[in-house]
Order: sequence, then structure tokens, then C-alpha cells
Amino acid sequence: MGDKRITEDDVVAELADGMTIGIGGWGSRRKPMSLVRAIARSSLTDLTLVSYGGPDVGLLCATGKLRRVVYAFVSLDSIPLEPHFRVARQSGAVSTLELDEGMFLLGLQAAAWRVPFLPTRVGLGSDLVARQPEIRTVTSPYDDAEELVAAPALTLDAALIHMHRGDLGGNGQYLNVDPYFDDLFCMAAEKRFMSVERIVATDDLLAGGALQTLHINRLMTDGIVEAPFGAHFTECVPDYGRDEAFQQEYAATAKSPEAWAAWQAQYLDCGGHDDYRTVVGLR
Amino acid sequence: MTDTTGLVTRAEYCVVAVAECFRGDGERLANPIGTIPMIGGRLARASFEPDLVMTDGEATLVAGPRPVGETTEPKVIEAWNPYRSMFDIVWSGRRHVMMGASQLDRFGNQNFAFVGPWDRPKAQLLGFRGAPGNTIQNTTSYWIPAHSPKVFVPQVDVVSGVGYDRAAELGPEASRFHEIRRVVTDLGVLDFETPEHSMRLRSVHPGITVDEVVEATGFDLVVGDDVEVTRDPTPDELAIIRDVVDPTGLREREVPNP
Repeated sequence: MGDKRITEDDVVAELADGMTIGIGGWGSRRKPMSLVRAIARSSLTDLTLVSYGGPDVGLLCATGKLRRVVYAFVSLDSIPLEPHFRVARQSGAVSTLELDEGMFLLGLQAAAWRVPFLPTRVGLGSDLVARQPEIRTVTSPYDDAEELVAAPALTLDAALIHMHRGDLGGNGQYLNVDPYFDDLFCMAAEKRFMSVERIVATDDLLAGGALQTLHINRLMTDGIVEAPFGAHFTECVPDYGRDEAFQQEYAATAKSPEAWAAWQAQYLDCGGHDDYRTVVGLR
Repeated sequence: MTDTTGLVTRAEYCVVAVAECFRGDGERLANPIGTIPMIGGRLARASFEPDLVMTDGEATLVAGPRPVGETTEPKVIEAWNPYRSMFDIVWSGRRHVMMGASQLDRFGNQNFAFVGPWDRPKAQLLGFRGAPGNTIQNTTSYWIPAHSPKVFVPQVDVVSGVGYDRAAELGPEASRFHEIRRVVTDLGVLDFETPEHSMRLRSVHPGITVDEVVEATGFDLVVGDDVEVTRDPTPDELAIIRDVVDPTGLREREVPNP
């Protein structure tokens, strides 16, 4: 088993303009924010972001990194609508592929299984199909001949996820109540990067949780970044909850370019993840 | 003991009307989203629909009539239900969801995705979330806390949740799991129990007139000769609402008593 440890900057160096990038987590929960901030500080541009969206989407909209967002919702949970994403949508700055939450899952699963689509009833009759030519239907080849939606594979150039624990080889463990779809993001992607709160010895992983928490195996990852508080300000229980005060401050900056510039200077331009932890006081 | 002789509030009529939506559902996941919907769903389970299954809003299915909002009452967890399992439940049809809507038309087409043009909306709202899958795969009802012509519109900007006319166009096979059961609002209860499944006024809450509902609706409602009045809660139901499910009165904040 090799040593897959890399840094946030190493991850950014593996990415390129125009790529389609998937980000794990859900809403404002267990997002790989140290990686998201590294992208926000980089010169990368023209990206397509595929996400059960939270502040990852908003932050990369606000820093002008995105051309397109593939999403079913973009929410900060305790703040139902992501304000920076709203600004980008309402100014026409980003285009979208609108999806249903479940169709999104099928798209990741299709990409992971290397098939072009998976059939579903989800989307029939809705404007997802009626007004998006990218989403097409398929007729069952069996006697029922039922028309179904062909949920398109969401094939990713790169996937970024955040887990609670991992080992040097890139195995990963979640310790909260929901694995979300992080395994599928990794399996749907060409390059797969996982940040973790802490790297531990492989035989210490099971001290932290039951067998079922070992959700990410090293076949799914190419690099592991040790990033304590790497999901801040999103929720990463049991290690830490969502930083609601910080999130409110972040959300409020969507009201004016000046407020956003000040936030960006303080929390993005301050440097890498260690500098960010110092500025925010995460020790 | 709760004093059940006092007046029943508007919010409490809404709660009872929500609970009634789940009557007959049996062992299904009742998934009401929003404050009054959650109170109503929990009332239904604590009274006449004891087999309902309910979530904690995150990754577990929980037993018992827990209070809504902040609570120190311990959770009794029946099962693990992460998001991935939720789709299994939805797509196998064992669920009745109650969602919100920014716009609804007379056939129950729902929009909460965005308002205005597709590429540059006037207002970005929730996105499609689970609405397309919910409406085509399992029973759906809606909760509208402020009944107005802004919500009840002749045509929705975007169809996120599928209504009866769209479902009919798909044909009997594709639409066989589609059911929009009720729409509960602060003024009354609506359903689609008409020959062409267009929206009908089922009942008005006490103190509300039929004309008020018609005026607050931006399309022609089907109104029968004999519109019912939303039923009163029983003393037992009122005690469950006030003492068990919503002891801090969150319902009155969502729909203030006139």
C-alpha cells in the first residue's frame, strides 16, 4: 500500500480549466472546503461543478470559477437558499443542468458503472425533460414498451470529498449519520481526491466506528489530504458542528461586492488552509 | 390538563386538515415538510393512523409522538434511513410527501425551482429538489401557509412537480403512481376529485368564506353547491397538538390566529 498523501495545492495542480468537477457532501454538510478554497484562490476557470450543492457552489460562483452548475438544489441548510448562487443565476453568470435529487444519484451511478444512462420514471412530465434537450427518454425493449427517462451519466474529470478519518493509502471513514454519495462521486471520476480530518494507522480505523463506516476504499482515491477542520464552516459532526455564525457572515456578503471583497481578502487571500485556520481560530 | 373548551385556532384547523391528508395511508412513510405539516403528520400517527412511519428530517426513522422544534426528548430510532435509502422508499412508492410550492396551477403542477426565464431567472428558488420524482412515484400533497393569487396561478413558470394534465399526457402506464391528494392552505382544503382532475374547493376553515378562497385563487376553482367546513379537532386531538406535538406553539407563528 503506497502513501497517497498530497496537499491542497497538489490537488489544484491536477485540475485544469474547463474540467467537470464533482464535490461530495450534501448542502452545508461535510464539504471539502479546504479544497474548494484552494480552487477559489487558483487561476482555474470555466469549470462545471456537479454537486448536491452548498457553499462549495456559492463560493466558486462568487470567485468566478464556474461556467455551469449541475444541481438539484443549492442550500446552506439553516439558510435555505445559497445567496451567492442566487446572485450568479439571476445575473446569468452561470448556466445550469437542472436535475432531480434522485436523478442526480442515478447519473453518478451510471458514470460509476460506465453505462451512458440509467432508466427511471423520475422526470417524466416535468420540465426537466420537457425543457432540457440534454435529458432524453428511452423505450423499454421488453413487452411493456414503457417510456422512461434515460438519466444521463454524470461522468466527472475529478471528484473531491471530505471524510472524518483516512489512512495513508487512501481508505476513508465517515463517522456521521449519512455517507451521502461520496463513494459514487469518486467512482464516477477520473481523478479522485479525499481530504480527511485526521490520517490514522489503518488498524486504528475500526477503533473509531463500526465496519460499515469504512465507506471509501483506496480503489476510489488517488490522493489524500490531511485537513483538520477541512470542512469548516460546513457541518462535520461528530468532530464539529456547522459554524452558524461564520456561515451567516459568509451569506451576508452576497448583498454587496464590497462586503464580498472584504470577506475574500480576509478568508481566501489569507493563504492556505493552515493560514485560514489561524485567521478563523480553528485549533 | 389542557383546557379544550377554549377556541380552536386557525393554525389548529390547519393541523387537523393536514392530519386528515394521511388518513388511510397505513404503514407508509408520512413525510410532511414544514412546521404545520410536521405537527399534522405527527398528530395523525398519534391518533387515527398509528402505523405511519416518520423521519427525523435527517438519516433515521423515529418512533413516538415527538415534539417539533428544539427538544430534549430522547429519540427512539426505528431504522437507519440515509438519503440513498430515501430514494428507495420514494421509488418503491411507500411514501406520502407533503411539500411546499411557490406556484401551483389548477391541475396541481407545482413550481418551487425558480421564477422567470430558465437561463436568467428573476428569482432563483430551491431548484427541482425531489419534486419530479416525488410526484411521479408516490402520493404528494401540498401545504401553502399563505393562500394568494401569487401562489395559485393560471400557469406556473416551471413545472417541477407534475400535475394531473401532464400526468394524463404521459398515458396510464407512466402515470399509474401519480396522485396529488390534497392542498391544505391557511384558508381551506383543496383536492382534485373532479372529472378532469382540476382543483376543487373541498372545505373552508371556520371563519373563512367560499368567496374569500375564490378571490385568493388566480384561476377558476371548482366550487360545489355545498362546500364543507373543515372539521373541529376532537378534545383528544387538541390535547395531542397542544401538550405533546407542539407544546411551544410553533404552529401559531406559521399561521397567526386572525
